[in-house]
Amino acid sequence: MIPAEFKYLFPSSVDEAVRMLAEEGEDAKVIAGGQSLVPVLRMRLAAPTALIDIGGLTELTGVRDDGDSLLIGAMTTHYEVQRDHLVHDHALLLKLVTDTIADPQIRHRGTFGGSLCHADPAGDLLAPALALDAVMIIAGPGGRREVPASEFFVDYFTTALAPDEILLDVRVPKHTGWSAHYEKLNRVAQAWSIVAVAAAVQVRDGAISAARVGLTNVGSGPVRAVDVEAALVGQEPSASVISEAALRASTGDGYKDNLARVLTGRALTAAVAG
Amino acid sequence: MTATAEPEVGKARLRKEDARLITGQTRWTDNLQLTGMLHMAVLRSPVAHARITNIDVSRATSMPGVAVVLTGEDLAAEQGSLPCAWPITEDMKSPPAPALAVDQVNFAGEAVALVIADSAYHAADALEAIDVDYEDLPVVLDLEVALRDNDLVHPDLGTNKSATWIFDSAEAGAGTDVEAEIAAAEVVIERTFRQQRLIPAFMEPRSVVVDSSAGMFTVWSATQIPHILRWMLSAVTGISESKLRVIAPDVGGGFGGKLQVTPEELLCLLVARRMGRPVKWTETRTESMLSAHHGRDQLQKITLAARRDGTVTGLKVELLADMGAYLRLVTPGVPILGAFMFNSIYKFAAYRFVCTNVFTNKVPTDAYRGAGRPEATFAIERMMDELAVELDIEPMKIREKNWIKHEEFPFTTVAGLTYDSGNYEAATARAMELFGYDDMREEQARRRADGSTVQLGIGISTYTEMCGLAPSRVLGALRYGAGGWETASIRMLPTGKVEVITGTSPHGQGHETVWSQIVADRLGVPFEDIEVLHGDTATSHKGMDSYGSRSLAVGGTALVQAADKVLAKARTLAAHMMECDEADVEFASGSFSVRGTSTVRALGDVVLAAHVAHDLPEGMEPGMDADATFDPDNFSYPHGTHLCATEVDTETGMVKIVRYVAVDDVGTVVNPLIVDGQVHGGLAQGIAQALYEEATHDEMGTLTSATFADYLVPSAADLPAFLTDRTTTPATSNPLGAKGVGEAGTIASTPAVVNSVLDAVRHLGVRDIEMPMSPERVWTALQGRPDEGAGEVAAGGLGSIDAQGGQS
Ligand SMILES: Cc1cc2nc3c(=O)[nH]c(=O)nc-3n(C[C@H](O)[C@H](O)[C@H](O)COP(=O)(O)OP(=O)(O)OC[C@H]3O[C@@H](n4cnc5c(N)ncnc54)[C@H](O)[C@@H]3O)c2cc1C
Repeated sequence: MIPAEFKYLFPSSVDEAVRMLAEEGEDAKVIAGGQSLVPVLRMRLAAPTALIDIGGLTELTGVRDDGDSLLIGAMTTHYEVQRDHLVHDHALLLKLVTDTIADPQIRHRGTFGGSLCHADPAGDLLAPALALDAVMIIAGPGGRREVPASEFFVDYFTTALAPDEILLDVRVPKHTGWSAHYEKLNRVAQAWSIVAVAAAVQVRDGAISAARVGLTNVGSGPVRAVDVEAALVGQEPSASVISEAALRASTGDGYKDNLARVLTGRALTAAVAG
Repeated sequence: MTATAEPEVGKARLRKEDARLITGQTRWTDNLQLTGMLHMAVLRSPVAHARITNIDVSRATSMPGVAVVLTGEDLAAEQGSLPCAWPITEDMKSPPAPALAVDQVNFAGEAVALVIADSAYHAADALEAIDVDYEDLPVVLDLEVALRDNDLVHPDLGTNKSATWIFDSAEAGAGTDVEAEIAAAEVVIERTFRQQRLIPAFMEPRSVVVDSSAGMFTVWSATQIPHILRWMLSAVTGISESKLRVIAPDVGGGFGGKLQVTPEELLCLLVARRMGRPVKWTETRTESMLSAHHGRDQLQKITLAARRDGTVTGLKVELLADMGAYLRLVTPGVPILGAFMFNSIYKFAAYRFVCTNVFTNKVPTDAYRGAGRPEATFAIERMMDELAVELDIEPMKIREKNWIKHEEFPFTTVAGLTYDSGNYEAATARAMELFGYDDMREEQARRRADGSTVQLGIGISTYTEMCGLAPSRVLGALRYGAGGWETASIRMLPTGKVEVITGTSPHGQGHETVWSQIVADRLGVPFEDIEVLHGDTATSHKGMDSYGSRSLAVGGTALVQAADKVLAKARTLAAHMMECDEADVEFASGSFSVRGTSTVRALGDVVLAAHVAHDLPEGMEPGMDADATFDPDNFSYPHGTHLCATEVDTETGMVKIVRYVAVDDVGTVVNPLIVDGQVHGGLAQGIAQALYEEATHDEMGTLTSATFADYLVPSAADLPAFLTDRTTTPATSNPLGAKGVGEAGTIASTPAVVNSVLDAVRHLGVRDIEMPMSPERVWTALQGRPDEGAGEVAAGGLGSIDAQGGQS
């Protein structure tokens, strides 16, 4: 498959990348790992006039400790996220979710930031980003700004990023010592989630002190199951509490509503167990 | 039969082919670069049924690098009609099938215009600059709707029915009258099954290169059928067959999907002739899914008559088979190949098969792994389970009651075939033992009693198939346009090395390895000294190519015959050289000797003597080569018993295969490693039909499963570890005793899985679930809701990028 012609640019700094993006205009696009963009180009579903490859911006790679939060560079690959100790210790949910993405080949190229910017409602990283209150740190011609996940995901494949902006880092508040689980239902290993549930819980003194639950692929973007979270807090992590809370993941009677409830129950059960 | 010290036949040899394939050393068709080569890109119809009112190529023609833009009108005078080699009835309706649509398109994906440019990039860019005006026609998609003839795919034909083909055991004298059996039956069961549309999904996309230099046309194509292709291209274009050379280099899979004379092969040839320059076309994956032929797509109405003791007395099969928009090479015959298999391993008194072939505005269907036989096996194995449930008889017992006993072979079936050999009892006993059948039933009972959310099901599929295609006289009787023989040549080279030329055309099967093993044993030469040549009509001038699990049973037999001819001549010459009577010459381990003496001549010495021809017996021609052609008397009939255990998660509808046992009887095994590979791949493909794969369309006829994000092909990660074993009842219809293994796994596994899933949830009120048994379908069935045949739930990925994705 052959994409339409485009100009290829390889900036060596964030400032240069932002400048290039502005200069090339609306039809320019950032390319990160290319695991979502290249298929789109090859099928000619999009025909950007210029691709600005941010693969050379080493400052966007890696995970840093920033006090109460982690800063995850947008260009950090799935493979790196899976193996990062900071992520493991302070945002276990992200590691568990990333483990389920695609296959090793794709995890070596696909990036954390690219997944969020692509904003495929079936993409696995949106729900945990929302549930963990992640904040996007964005650079544009007007400087830097921060957008919380709750405002970042706007619609199917649409984020709060302006065409001339680049996602630099994602700030993820530390959830040290929380237990977590990602319950994903997909038909074959390389298929996307039909529905998936990301859950993180903090248990203190035999009671759930805090809970975070995000749903993948139940709407035009990730959904935070706030009613479920509320039903858990202050309760002991028992089977009956969990099954009661899980019922609040959805009120409909369709297949996906059912999955939202069932998988929420399973995600929470697995999370509190371990 | 003579043998080397350690026989090659039966050895699990690693494949000769693998090093070059795995290390990327081979040259696929798309790797070819010829001087001055042009590149062809194909504009395809986005609509399923429309009149073409105008095509404006002016913008495209002036794009960079474009040599010419061609429409159907430009080629109308020379393109003729793509061939259909199987007119199943005298009055079969077959519309003209232009390679490039002229004034009407009949399926979405049909070729409408060609760009020929100096690079594939320029060709692809210019495609977008062609403007086509379409005037929509009513789209016919559903088989039963099509049958009403309200809207017609081809108005000129006056109907959407292409042909009706009937077999009736009473009329054929092979059995009693099925209507009488049904009328007299104690139990009658009627069911309708849908065989969904499948996409062959071979790994290497199709690719064609045509070189028109030196007054010859050389066609490289990723095809399964270089010989048939040469014949058909010559017939369609009028180019002398002697001026056409077809080469199938290494080909990356076919599964029947490359058993075709494709529009693009013909178009490349026409373009090369017109331009006087080499031309290449290579498809994209989506293009492949939109335009290469599809498989299956039948509606099967099955009526089974039985006695209350479980004895089946009659079977009536009424099929609607979706041809798609045109009849390709063997499109109409695919369901007919199933006609002889619905009775399977059983002894039914009466059988009637009626198939109506129907046109729709979809991609043409044609051969796909198993071709007709998986559909038949599915239907009868599902029906045996339905009967077992109806009569409350253990499903294996009901099969046993009806199957042909081992002492009854050879057995002539109600469909008129004579099964030469088999032992269903042995394969079944072994399968049940490996599976732990009784323990599994106990576990199932436990889960039912507990009301577990994860229920266990056990599915049985006892199958046979007819392969080793095919006795030419039978093909003739079925009105097929060609024979079913196969040919082989052996060239004994003066240095003692051996060239084997085969008319089969491997595309992943490993013939080079297996053919070498056979010849090594036969002639006592080292495996490594044998080179197998195939897939080039200049070296292998005749052959019927590879499909229908025929290559070993038919092509391998031709090879044995050729080897025996070499030996016969060598024996005469050896006797001459050793100055003895031919009757006293013995052959063992590659050497001739005179019985009771120490006089010995190695085969290599005899070959050299034949080559130099200094001293040959009176009348003997120099050289030691031999050709042989084998036309089988009968098909071969592999069989086996497959058992599948599935867990069904009743809360999500997810199905997981927890144990799969396949005990196959494929006759003599030349290379167990290759046989295991064929079984594993076949199982994966059959399981995929049961659980994952389906070509879907929207109401406009657009294919909504045109990427691998939407068309779910399982990988190793999705499949269980298979427990396989074999029983060996050699075929009596060929000297190798081989039956064929290319399709067995695919044929057997689909009903094993579906029976298993239904067995898991039947006590919860579920009677049937359509394939593929997606979690949503299973869950919906468990809710007691009718399956609206709705598309699958959103699954994102490319499917969700493409607004028209099948999983929106
Ligand atoms: C076969 C296959 C299976 C997959 N399976 C899964 C799966 O199971 N789960 C899952 O979640 N994902 C899956 N993916 C997607 C994968 O995770 C991608 O890597 C990811 O969606 C995009 O990341 P990327 O770095 O490749 O981004 P790219 O493809 O390079 O970019 C995607 C989009 O984001 C924009 N973008 C990227 N980075 C930035 C940035 N820093 N600032 C601004 N815009 C940016 C681009 O302009 C583009 O529009 C799969 C992909 C493939 C090919």
